[in-house]
Amino acid sequence: MRGRKVRVARWAAFGLLVAALSVVAAGCGGGDDEGGASTEIEGLGTSLEEIQTLARDEGEVNIVQWAGYATLVDEFTAATGCKVNTKDGATSDDMISLIQTGAYDGVSASGNASVRLMTTGDAAPVNTDFIPNYADVQEGIKNKDYNSLDGQPYGVPHGRGPNYLMFRTDVVPEATDSWDVIWDKSGPYNGKLSIYDDSIFIADAAVYLKATQPDLGIENPYELDEEQFTAAVDLLKKQAPNVGEYWPGDVAKQIQSYTNGDSVAGTTWPYQYVQLTAADPPVPVKAIKPKEGTTGWSDTWMVYSKAANPNCMYLWMDHMISPEAQAAVAEGFGEAPVNLKACELTKNANHCAEYHADDESWWEDVYYWTTPVADCGDDRGEVCKTQEDWEAAWTEIRG
Amino acid sequence: MVESRVTRILLRLGAGVTLAFIYVPLLIIGLYAFNRNVTQAWPIENYSTRWFSVAFHDEKVRDALKLSLLAALGATTVALVLGTLASMAVARYRFFGREVITFAVILPIALPGIVTGLALQATIIDVLGPLGVSFGLTTIIVGHATFCVVVVYNNVIARMRRTGGSLDEASADLGADNWQTFRYVMFPQMRTALLAGALLAFALSFDEVIVTIFTSGAQQTLPIWIFATLARPAQLPIVNVVALFVIVVSIIPVYFAQRLAGSSGLTGERPKQGAIAASIEAEP
Amino acid sequence: MTSVPVVEPPPRESPGRRLSTFFFRHSRVRLGVLLALPLAWLVVVYFGSLFVLLLSSFWDTDPFTAEVVHDFTFENFRRIIETPVFRDVAWRTIQMAALVTVADAVLAFPIAYYMARVASPRTRDILVIAVLMPLWANYLVKAYAWRTILSEGGVINWALEPLGLHFDGYSTVGLWLVFTYLWLPFMILPIYAGLERVPTSFLEASADLGARSLTTFARVILPLAFPAVVAGSIFTFSLTLGDYIAPGLITNEQFIGTVIYNIRGEALPTAAAYSMVPIVVVITYLFVARKLRAFESL
Repeated sequence: MRGRKVRVARWAAFGLLVAALSVVAAGCGGGDDEGGASTEIEGLGTSLEEIQTLARDEGEVNIVQWAGYATLVDEFTAATGCKVNTKDGATSDDMISLIQTGAYDGVSASGNASVRLMTTGDAAPVNTDFIPNYADVQEGIKNKDYNSLDGQPYGVPHGRGPNYLMFRTDVVPEATDSWDVIWDKSGPYNGKLSIYDDSIFIADAAVYLKATQPDLGIENPYELDEEQFTAAVDLLKKQAPNVGEYWPGDVAKQIQSYTNGDSVAGTTWPYQYVQLTAADPPVPVKAIKPKEGTTGWSDTWMVYSKAANPNCMYLWMDHMISPEAQAAVAEGFGEAPVNLKACELTKNANHCAEYHADDESWWEDVYYWTTPVADCGDDRGEVCKTQEDWEAAWTEIRG
Repeated sequence: MVESRVTRILLRLGAGVTLAFIYVPLLIIGLYAFNRNVTQAWPIENYSTRWFSVAFHDEKVRDALKLSLLAALGATTVALVLGTLASMAVARYRFFGREVITFAVILPIALPGIVTGLALQATIIDVLGPLGVSFGLTTIIVGHATFCVVVVYNNVIARMRRTGGSLDEASADLGADNWQTFRYVMFPQMRTALLAGALLAFALSFDEVIVTIFTSGAQQTLPIWIFATLARPAQLPIVNVVALFVIVVSIIPVYFAQRLAGSSGLTGERPKQGAIAASIEAEP
Repeated sequence: MTSVPVVEPPPRESPGRRLSTFFFRHSRVRLGVLLALPLAWLVVVYFGSLFVLLLSSFWDTDPFTAEVVHDFTFENFRRIIETPVFRDVAWRTIQMAALVTVADAVLAFPIAYYMARVASPRTRDILVIAVLMPLWANYLVKAYAWRTILSEGGVINWALEPLGLHFDGYSTVGLWLVFTYLWLPFMILPIYAGLERVPTSFLEASADLGARSLTTFARVILPLAFPAVVAGSIFTFSLTLGDYIAPGLITNEQFIGTVIYNIRGEALPTAAAYSMVPIVVVITYLFVARKLRAFESL
């Protein structure tokens, strides 16, 4: 009898616990949907001097970045008293997840992350009065739709670059100028292709189809309707068995496979190209923007709206667009700086020219990463595939 | 020896093959710690010890090592307390749900780390976040302790089943209170089991990476530092140095633990006795 | 004249003793005190967080921001059941887990037997340390070392080259080797413990009854050691089932862990729903293992 009472009591307690947890879980969960146009972050100073003082108290800043972005860190720490801890993100989705854990103060967001962060309120608008170097940023990059809302800047531009086609010149003809070596003409290189492991790569397939199948009518590789999307996904599914490696933002993996010859052609960031050509002995690779154009990215440093160290983050943002840091990262990563004063400081005097920092026409067929949305933005209406669709398709493509 | 000579030779061969399989990759890791080049090519062309000094001077390595040690100590302590309490309850009492407890204790180590990690992270962000709890050493310890409890629990419960409760009862009959019984009778019996469990729990926590990725926030334990550094092309050799260092240093505690545990070994088995006693013992 | 011993009243009991007496008389309460902390831990911390995760498998996501929206739906489960890729990945992972378990059992048995029954105590001590040592070598470093071993210019191909053979290491076979390697110590230890428990008298009796080595092995040792093998298999099976780091390093193929990890940011509810698969598989495996008495051999 006592055993039964005990049993009933136990089940009742368990049931209560379940109910309590349901209430808790129902009340919580999901993101923060306070948009807020205020640049106020708890703990942020109200003047530049106050920010600098508070930063010394904070003593550290935790940043999510693309591999290789943080430069002149020691100089920054010496000048501001903020220790820098970086975490490399593999993909934009990865970066958003990391920011949403609440453990980081800021992120170098590409377009396909920045817009979402602005919408969810995880990124806070910035008060550019507190960022002296902001004045020197190229006008053409300010107040774009991926780094601002209604004229209010939500971050500080970092730099931009294309996703290159990189190939080993000892295997692939040096004169190659088209993406077809990883799509239709990948025959001799099957099993040795190196492809970026993220759903955003569907846009690269779309870029190729834009040139090779014009009757699909693809204009913007991120706004794909049913027909265009299916064509891109089919192309990727055809490519999948030939891919030697899908590299998930782990640049060391791709660098090692190109060095070993396990990969001979694929898509890459300028950083790997710089590392491979600077290696000892240098690896024979060439990286180009093919004639069909390419995807690319224009990145923005954003501060987390609930950052624990907002003052250090503001100082960091100012640091990364200073001419010295811009010059260092532009050459170290292989991208175009956004503060053209850096052009005088680069070791290679021609860096800015080579990387087209000031040549807007070169960027016309570089399609910056952005989040696919249902609204096609033209007369097709709301029939385009969303980020959700892209994610689901990518899982299927990977098999 | 019951086994025939042929069997023994075959066994020795099989054991040798397995040992070789285990240790060749570790030796390769050791060799790469002395590799001069940054890229891991084979065969190794140049040898050098320069990465050792780089590693020793790296502040992040020391911080990560410290955090890992603290987390492992914390997780092992939690595991010791919870595991001992639970095993004492299950070994000595009969009650409804006894089997379920063993099941529930094993589950954290049996379920994939990514599930545990995701679950804990979701809880920390959604449920504990609003309460002001954030990622840090505590969340790391909690994450590790979930699967460390079972190794202590298993060892202690096996030992308690083997020793039986009669000595504890006798102690109570002689007038000892709970604490005295525990201190003078129960604890000495389970000491080596606790040691074995603690050592294994420490090792599991020290090496854990998947659950830690989800529960550490911006902090870096040693495995997380290794994970981040392996992804940085210029710093690969430092990782091999650190790995070699950990392997070599850990010989010390493992060796001493094995000596302390005596010939019964770290698996917590009682020393081999006569055949009949042993056969009685074999019954759970 | 005999002196009558003065009987002093018994000393006032300390609170500790009174508590102990209370516990002695009310053993259920003592049980409750013992269980309170572990149960609270398990239920609140572990099962509580599992519950939070699994609850989200019934929610939906915003198609743009991927934030979790509290609209109850079965869509996530429908998706993982109907979409072929989820089924293929699950099946592939289970197969790999089984193959790894078999390989580990085969590799572990000889050395475990040697350690348990043939080796001298001194050798046994050394071997126990030797088997435990790899647990201290970092899992990631081991996986990366294997990446180099399996590569085109790595140790395996370097050794096979004179024979004119070639091994494509970055494949499912390569991954199988890596998993087998990583989890081997987890299989050796329980089997060793289990074999140690087999009484020598049984083996002698078997020989006395006229059985030769192989028969003794098959009909006496193996059945007695089997629960220990199952106990070890719990680790090898479940560790393979959820791993995503090693597969990412060695192959392109997706496994349950990789899918959950990749979609966790964008489609957390689907990831949560998909994690029901390994949960169900593991729980089933544990039930079977318990029936086979493996829990006593862990």
